[in-house]
Amino acid sequence: MVLGRVAGTVVATRKDPRLEGHTLLLVKPVTPDGKEEAGYLVAVDTVSAGNRELVITVSGSSARMAHGCKDKPVDCVIVGIVDEVALDERG
Amino acid sequence: MRLGRVTGRLWSSIKNPGLDAQRLLVVQPVTPEGEDTGKPLVCTDATGAGAGELIYWVRGREASFAFESGEVPSDATIVGIVDEVHLGKRKAG
Repeated sequence: MVLGRVAGTVVATRKDPRLEGHTLLLVKPVTPDGKEEAGYLVAVDTVSAGNRELVITVSGSSARMAHGCKDKPVDCVIVGIVDEVALDERG
Repeated sequence: MRLGRVTGRLWSSIKNPGLDAQRLLVVQPVTPEGEDTGKPLVCTDATGAGAGELIYWVRGREASFAFESGEVPSDATIVGIVDEVHLGKRKAG
């Protein structure tokens, strides 16, 4: 799983009917120590994440295992809002 | 499967129900020599690994299979704690 920060929303009117009712968010990947990485992800939100929140994303076919995403055409899902990350000092 | 070292923990209260009761650990992939390689990532844990331990992990759809229900939304799971890694040329014969 990759950590990311919610950077915006994506609105799509014409889409696969199985995606109706799902919120699409724009996520900027970040490292566990909080540095932003290159690129953006468009992810389906299952936890009602808010703007600038640190979230956990699952990608690939495992994304369809998330509750609410069974048999839907998604490959990136937000599955958690991060409370805290604790890194070892030497990590 | 790849080698990695546990470098931290992560807590999340609001999460997808499929991740309930799952431990989330930060893992830095390492080479068999023990050097860091690639970006750190977040893994679910099927073994009870602890801080600083050398582990191996699977990625992709197989990461869900490590759990009995097989329905955990995870794309990276720790499936083993490494005791030892032996490196070296195999002797002929």
